[in-house]
This record gives sequence, C-alpha cells and structure tokens, in this order.
Amino acid sequence: MEYPYIMTAGDSAVVVEFGNEISPEINEKVKAFYEVVKSVNKPGIVDVIPTFRSVLIHYNPRVMRYSQVVDAAKDFLKLSKNAASVTKRVFQIPVCYGGHYGPDLKDVAEHAGMSEEEVISIHARKPYLIYMLGFLPGFAYLGGMDKRIAMPRLPDPRAKIAARSVGIAGEQTGLYPMESPAGWRLIGRTPVRPYEPQKKNPILYEAGDYIEFIPIDEQEYTRIEMLIEAGTYECPVRELR
Amino acid sequence: MGIFIEKSGLLTTVQDYGRYGYQNSGFSVSGVMDRRSAGIANALVNNSMDEAVLEFLLMGPTIRFKTSTVISLTGADFSPKLNGQPIENYTAIQVNAEDVLELGFAKNGLWGYLAFAAKLDIPMVMGSRSTNARCNIGGFNGRKLEKEDELNFREKIKHLPNMEKRHVEPEFFGDKEKTIRVILGLQKDLFSEEGIHTFFSETYQVTEQCDRMGYRLEGPAVAHVDGGDIISDGIPLGAIQIPSHGKPIIMLVDRQTTGGYTKIGTVIGVDIPVLVQSAAGTKLHFQEISVEEAQNLYVKQMEDCDALLANLRKLSLWDRIKQLF
Repeated sequence: MEYPYIMTAGDSAVVVEFGNEISPEINEKVKAFYEVVKSVNKPGIVDVIPTFRSVLIHYNPRVMRYSQVVDAAKDFLKLSKNAASVTKRVFQIPVCYGGHYGPDLKDVAEHAGMSEEEVISIHARKPYLIYMLGFLPGFAYLGGMDKRIAMPRLPDPRAKIAARSVGIAGEQTGLYPMESPAGWRLIGRTPVRPYEPQKKNPILYEAGDYIEFIPIDEQEYTRIEMLIEAGTYECPVRELR
Repeated sequence: MGIFIEKSGLLTTVQDYGRYGYQNSGFSVSGVMDRRSAGIANALVNNSMDEAVLEFLLMGPTIRFKTSTVISLTGADFSPKLNGQPIENYTAIQVNAEDVLELGFAKNGLWGYLAFAAKLDIPMVMGSRSTNARCNIGGFNGRKLEKEDELNFREKIKHLPNMEKRHVEPEFFGDKEKTIRVILGLQKDLFSEEGIHTFFSETYQVTEQCDRMGYRLEGPAVAHVDGGDIISDGIPLGAIQIPSHGKPIIMLVDRQTTGGYTKIGTVIGVDIPVLVQSAAGTKLHFQEISVEEAQNLYVKQMEDCDALLANLRKLSLWDRIKQLF
C-alpha cells in the first residue's frame, strides 16, 4: 500500500490517508490537502475533518457518487502537492501556572524531580503543533512536549475540571476548551476562551496551527479576563518561519 | 405562540438534519437519529424534509398547543392521543389551540418524530437547529426539553390543503431479527480473516447501552490482527468500531468526530434508520454490500421521498377554489 491512498468510509464519506504515524511531516500533508479541499469548495462535499494522518471527506451521494469523489480527491492531491507552504500561525496563550489554577503543578514537579519553575520553563514558550481537533469542540491534540515533564494521568479522573485548564497526560499536553471530566494533571489555566459558540468561527485555532503558552501572574490573568469580558482582547498570534 | 410542554418524556429534543461544516473543530453533527422517519413527518405537513422536528425516545412528551396548526407523527408508535382520543401515526392531523397531545411508550421501535406545519421558531446555531446537549448549543437553550418549556412557531400555518391525501403507510420497526448492510473498509486490514468471517456470519444483539452517540452490540468477539487501537482518525456516521474486546459499537449522530479504535466498516445510509429503531435484544446479521449499490439504494429512497412531497404539494381543484376566498 502506497501513501497517499483513498479508502471508502461508507456510502457518504471517503478517507484520504497520508501515513501511519504521528509526525509533523505527515500532518503537514494533511493540512495542505485539507486547505485545498476547503478552498475548492466543491458542491456535494458537506464536511471535512483533518486528523493526525488522514482527512475524512463527507459528501452527499445525491450530488456526487463514489467514483466522482475519488476523482475529485485525486485532483485535490495534485493541487495540494503544488501548494506553496502556508505560514504557520502560533497562538500565544497566556497561562497562569500553579496555585489555584494549576493544582497538580507541584506533583508534576515532584515526579520530574525538579522545581515548579523549571517545569514552567520547560513547558512554556515553546510552539506545540496542533495535530488535530477532536474529542470536544476545540480540544487540541498537541505534539512535541518535552518528555522530562511527562506524567501519567490521575488514577482516578476528576468528575469535572474547569474550562480553559492546561494539563499534562503522559507525554501529551493540552488545553480544555470547556468543562469536562478529565484525568489530566492540571498545571495552569488561561483566561483566553478558545471556544465561543456565538462567533462565526467558534474555535480560536485550527489543526495545523501552533499553540505557545506564555506564563502570566494572577494579576495579569484578572486583567485579561476583564478585557475579554469587555470584548477588547485579542489573543496574540505570531508567525513561525 | 406555539406549544407548551406539560410532560417532557424521557429524552425530547429539537433536531433537524444536523450541523455540518464544524467537525474539523470537533463539533458532533447531531441531528435526528432516523432521517427517514423525520423526513416523512415533515413531508406530510408540507415542510422540507430537513426541517426541525421534535425527536423523542421510548417515552414521549405531553404537549399542549397554543395555536392551531397541522402536525404529523412518525417513527415508532407512541400510541398518540389528542384530547384523550387515539389518533393515527403517519397522518397529518389538524390541531387547535388548547388541544393536548399525549404520547405514551414506544412500540415497534425506539424513536418518534413530531413535525409542525407552522415550524419551530428555534434560532440557527452554526447553520442548524439541532440540539447538541454536550456542548449546550442549538435546539431549545442547548438542552433536552423539560416540563413547562414553551416553544414558539415561526410561521402562521393553521391549515393545509389536501388533508385527505396526507397519509402514508406506517413503517414497522419491530422485527426481532434484522439484516444490516455494511460497506467493508477503513481498517478492515487490521482484522484477521477469521475476524471478518465472524463478523459477517455470527449474530449480534442490540444491548441496553445505546444512545445518540452509538449502539453497543453483544456477540462473538471479532478478532484483530494486532489489537484494536489506531492513531485517532475521523469517524463517519454508521462506522462500526471494534475495540480490542472485539464487540462492535456503531457510531451515530452524536458521535465524537475522531476516535482511536479500529473500524471494520460502515452501515449504509438506508439501513441507519432500521438500526437505530432496534430495541435492546434485537438480533442483527451483517451483510456486505458495495458502495455503488448502497448509493443507488440511498438515491432511490431520497427520490421517493421527494416524489411524496411533490405529490402532497399539488393542490386539488377544490383546494385551489378554496384559496380564492
């Protein structure tokens, strides 16, 4: 089997797979293909989901049949190969680490055999690739966390964690867009709302973007929260070369 | 003016054909479980098939009308009564202000649909009126209906022409054994030959663990080549996930957008309503079908629904004369 390849996913979806591992190179192909499908906006295609290593295309069989979707996917593949690489956006998410907002930071530090400050300095100011969004709206599967601060999930998950919590689970780090049960080790919280259902784009970022956590203190947290309430805050974004 | 909920039923929500275009951000599609029944309910009252309806499970709601309009009930049989008198399913029914519609327990199926000619006045959220209760968006305040909720209509349609024609034969969902057709695919290579043989030759039972997210089945374990975990990827409607324990889970409208279990194949579109209406204990046999055949069946079914709608919209001479006055 040679990548990329196209698979049936029932009578109203196909999957285009680019590989069988989690890597930035494969994910970049996913992103490029996804962008082409979105920009061509072919009638009959109703939804497109980019994931770690594949893209799921939902279509309406009344508008296009299987063979037509396969042909369209082949065209998209050609276009995406020639696509110029897009600039990478890095969302700079302010995070108040430790204390009330990050009740497990102490445990993570102890587990890693270092101080809380060291954990923060390893975790923060480093762009993490958003491989995909899923599980919950806006929940980002991030790649590239330093293994030194890895720690297994809580043996007994919390029934509810606060929205916008930042945590660690194994070698993964992530940000909870909304309240949810979770076994993640919570190390901080952001005042930024990645999920705003009333907005045209309800989720702040997309798969293929990056997230970078910027440490802030409690005072700054409150200040940003007030700006968000007033509708005058915009999450800083920088470009990655 | 619209309806008042006197009793909520077990799980009554506003649903249309679902919220598309946001799965890339992790939003479930939502929407009705049984598109065919909901579409027919709408056609009977002159609505487009994807109009928002009330969907209810196992025990239906009791509703008082505050305005006259025309309604229809499809899906499972909830023994509907209007002001204490039994009324027919799959038939357009004239209702007047202060009429009370009582729905009982589901027979021959699980899900019921109630459509309104006057159409529910529910705001569109991200292109749909469907309730996504997990994210608290869409539908009525993002949640299932509760006692004393009031929902408005957005159009003033008190009567419909052709009332005598507005009836179709009720569908029957109560078979104890059913054949569900499946397009093999996705991670089929991660199942052993023996596993695929087991899946298509054995019988699987619908369990009690069934909801809008998915239906869990009980039966002989389907063997993998090397476990049931994969790198998470997208999940289409009707995908048959089989985790390492070997028991199938069929993913439905409230499914998460991505998941990390092997998928042996996908239930075809026209068999989704048959599946979702199957009560616990129903025996299922899976049969392989090609994607081309499945699409022919799907398109044919859609065309039949369109023909029904077009036929009901044609006005009789008498109705045209009435409209002049």
